This record gives sequence, structure tokens and C-alpha cells, in this order.
Amino acid sequence: MASTLAQKIIARAAGRDSVRPGEVVTARVDLAMIHDSGGPRRVEPILKELGVGLFDASKVVLISDHFVPGDTDEGARILELTRQWAKERKVAFHDGEGICHVVLPERGHLKPGMLVVGGDSHSPTGGAFGAYMFGIGATEMAGVLATGEIWLKVPGTILIEWQGRLSPGVLAKDIMLALCGRLGMDGGQYQAVEYTGEAIAALSMQERMTLSNMAAELGGQAGLIAPDETTAAYLEGVGGSAGDWRGFVTDPGAELAAHHVLDASALEPQVAAPHSPANAMPVTQAPETRFEVAYIGACTGAKYEDLKGAAAILRGRKLAPGVALKVAPASMRDQQRAAEEGIMAVFEEAGAQILPNACGICAGYGMDRLGEDVTCISSTARNFQGRMGAASSKVWLASPLTVAASAITGRIADPREFLSEGVVA
Amino acid sequence: MSGRVFLLGDDIDTDQLAPGQYMKGGLDMLAAHCLESARPDFAGSVKPGDVIVAGKNFGMGSSREQAAEALKHLGLAGVVARSFAGIFYRNALNLGLPVLVADDIGGVDDGDAVSLDPVAGALKLTTKNHTVRLEPLPDNLKPMLADGGLVPHLKKRFAKERKREAGA
Ligand code: SF4
Repeated sequence: MASTLAQKIIARAAGRDSVRPGEVVTARVDLAMIHDSGGPRRVEPILKELGVGLFDASKVVLISDHFVPGDTDEGARILELTRQWAKERKVAFHDGEGICHVVLPERGHLKPGMLVVGGDSHSPTGGAFGAYMFGIGATEMAGVLATGEIWLKVPGTILIEWQGRLSPGVLAKDIMLALCGRLGMDGGQYQAVEYTGEAIAALSMQERMTLSNMAAELGGQAGLIAPDETTAAYLEGVGGSAGDWRGFVTDPGAELAAHHVLDASALEPQVAAPHSPANAMPVTQAPETRFEVAYIGACTGAKYEDLKGAAAILRGRKLAPGVALKVAPASMRDQQRAAEEGIMAVFEEAGAQILPNACGICAGYGMDRLGEDVTCISSTARNFQGRMGAASSKVWLASPLTVAASAITGRIADPREFLSEGVVA
Repeated sequence: MSGRVFLLGDDIDTDQLAPGQYMKGGLDMLAAHCLESARPDFAGSVKPGDVIVAGKNFGMGSSREQAAEALKHLGLAGVVARSFAGIFYRNALNLGLPVLVADDIGGVDDGDAVSLDPVAGALKLTTKNHTVRLEPLPDNLKPMLADGGLVPHLKKRFAKERKREAGA
């Protein structure tokens, strides 16, 4: 029977030969990722109440990112509890090394074909590696940690095919904002979104991660990309293993819930107006908008390549008067690499404030959250009212390139105006 | 149980249900600010037995289950919506908060007197002589909701397993 990538992974995890969309199955979980916000402080009381331990400590990864650096009393207390729990429960723990969705693959924890749950809504990021990864709440996570199992309604697959190649200055982030605008925030219908086509095959793993990550904004359960040589090379490069990845593809002729075919070469950089990613429009049609804060941060928009692209635009240029640029590199490793290559120096010379490798403003936590009436242009994934700070603050979403171009200009700007040959991919 | 309707639109997100800035406070504080940007009167006036009736994609956004927890804490009998965001839907049922899909919510007005029967799949508008039909809950979830959510359900399961092991 012709099957989708999602069906193949779920069938394997459920111990079945094949599964059909709509069927409810119970599956074994290959890996569970939790972070400091929804993790130990929420799951431990439930495990205690149930009187059980972890189903398998070697299949649990804990990452601190939401309350890092612990600059409030409550945040510090939560981090302390998180660290204590990691020791007691003997799980892999990445403390202050960056945002969970970036750290998890970067440290080789993911592998094509895995069924993975994450205690965070952007968990579909793992789909970039051909893993069926999805987000769950803390109570359900406690259930997984206790039993190693989870129920799933086998999803249909919404295949999104991008033909052609992206133009210079257009990134995965622009693809996702355009899709949010086109399909709406419930366009994914809690099904498996799968990205395919020439434009996707040409993307690096970090760009693919942005696509999978924002399947959450489409309302998909997972955001898959079939593994290929690029996936295998990345995983080997980080000391992981791609395993036997070649079969994890959607078979020709497999039944699909929907199939969208789009032209990547016609796509322009996008921005999304407050307060929804679905308020997307080409940057060329954005109204003249001024802002006080430009934010390059989050799992969606501050990985090494995001930083590199933004720096290429900022190099030798100054911030517009009245604009504060804040940069929170998504992981320690990405920041180190960026520092070695002179990328961090570009931000510093431009007058940017460098923030910890953590969720920070994106989660509305910490000292730097947006104040009353502040307008911000941001490389993050969602701009719901009040998410990044005061209810009166307004957030425009854009790619890191567009944020950088806008920070120089002082109004929302098209990054393509700043492209110099060979600098921006 | 009977109460009244709070009628809301599409795309109610988890940042509205459980605002990030109050996440570090206790559930009391979070619940006090639940929905304050969409319905400033909600947290102050909701009573046990009341029901939210909403449009599409209720609970979209973050995986924080405090979004469902805050509603339960305020005594809400359940949420009826044209559709739910997947993670919120799972969270609500795991916490024992009934969430039910209705294709057609026409005829429901804000403030209507209602009673919700999640098992029978009916939302009765008591003063209007009208019943909103609800999609039945998936079979695999009924026992969990009957037990009051995932934790009591698992407690039962583990108790049974222990008994079996002790007997073996
Ligand atoms: S950076 Fe933002 S989107 Fe990413 S995990 Fe943190 S809070 Fe969520």
C-alpha cells in the first residue's frame, strides 16, 4: 500500500504494518524533549502523584531555555528546580546551551523515522529531520514519561510543494509567512504538513527547521521534510546518525488530504502585521511603519545562518536613530561559530544588544520584554497580542534579513535593496 | 449543570487564555487574567456551569496547558467551538475539561442560558428551546474524560497493574 511519510513513521511506532488516516493508535515514543517551563516543575508533581519513575531515562532530553538566564527570582528558582531534577532523574540535560528546538538536533538527538514528543508547541521543528515530532502539554508529557506511550489519530498529509528556486533575499521564513497568509492559522487542520519540491531540496537544514517549526503556525500537528543527503550529512556532522533513512518518504500515489503547488521563484520577502502570522503581505506592500525595537531572536529566526544573513546586511552600516537592535542567538554553538567568523562583531559594531541564548523576549519572559506601546519588528514565529510583552505592544514578523534591513532604515524595508553579490544566499 | 454562554470569535489563542506575563504566578493569578484582552469581563463574571461558545481554531498557539487549566479553575463547564487547535484539544481533555466540536453554532447568543451534556453531545439553550448538536467524543477518550482526565485515568491503570503483579 502506498503510504505517506507520516503514516510510515506512525505505523512503525505503533508496531503495525500500515495505518490509515483517521485511525486512532497507541504508539511507543522514541524520544521525549522537555524544557524548563513546561518540564520538571510541571511533570514531577504528576509523576509523584502516580508513584512512578521515567519509562526510560535514556529517551528523555531536558533543555533549559525559557527562564534562562534566570534574571528574576521566580525564573532563578525554576532553573534551580530544573537542574536538580536533571540530576535526580539522570536524563540528558542541556543547560543554557540554547533554544530547545535548535539544541535537540544540534546535539545529535534526532534521527529520521523517530516518533518524538516535545513539551513545546514548536516541536514540529524535528520534522525537518524526517522525525514525526509534535508538541504536547505538561500533563500529557507526564503520561508519556510514565508510560512511554501516546495515542495518535493518524493524520492525513497536506503536501506543500514549492517548485523552482527561492530568489536571493528570500528565506524559509518568508515561505512560512506566505503560507500562513494563504492557508490561515488553521490551514494545517492538525494534520501532517509535508514540504517538498525543488526549492525545499535546495535548502540547508537550518532553513528547513524554520519551515517545520512554523507548521505550528499553520495548525499542523507535524511539519515533515523527507530526509535526504543534506539531512544525513548534517546528522553525521553533529556526531549523530541518520540510520536507515532512505525509506522515509511519501510514496508516489499515496492518498493525500491536500496538495498545494506553489512557485518559489515568484515569492517576495514577507512581513506579517500585528497580531497574527496570517496577516502576511509582501514587504513591498507593507505600509510605512516605524518601530523602536528590532529583534533577531528565537528558534525560528536566530540560528547561525539567520545571524550570518542579517550581519551581511548590517556590515558597515549604522542603526537608524531611535531603533534598538536586540540579538539573541538561538544556541551557544551557533553564537560561537558566528563569533569565530566575525558575525557577532558586526552586530556589536552596529550597536546591537546581545542577549542570552534563550527564548527571552519571544516568550515574553525576562527583563527585555516589550513595554507599553512599543512597536517591534521581529524574526520570531508568532505575534499574538501581548505575547512578547505589554498588551499594547505591536509586533511585525519578518525574516532576519528583513529585520536587519529595517533596523538600518528605521521603517519596514526590503532586504533585497541591501543585497551585495555573494553576500546573502 | 447549567450556566450561561460567553460567545467568542475565531482564533482565540493561548496567550489570551494564559497571558505569558502571569505564567510565573499561581493559577489564581493566571485565571484572573484569563481572556482579559478579548473579554475583559470574563474572569470576573464567569460562574461554574458557564460555557464558552467560539468559532474556529480555539486555543491556537502555545502548548501551555495553563490555558485549559485556567478555564477549568474558573469553573467553566466546557468549551464548544467550530474547531480546536490540536494541542489545546488534547490538553483540555487530559485535564478533564470537556471540549466539543459543533459544526453549526448559529442561534447561540452571548448570555444565553445553557446546559452542557458532554457525554450525550448536546448543548441545550434552555430559554430558546434549541439544542446545538455536538460531534461525539472519540471513543478512546471517553473513559479518560469519565475518570476526570489523564492523571486519575493513569492512576487507575497503574493501580490495576500493581494489583495484577501482586496477584501473579
Ligand atoms: S524561541 Fe520562542 S518560539 Fe522558540 S521555543 Fe522559545 S518561546 Fe517558543
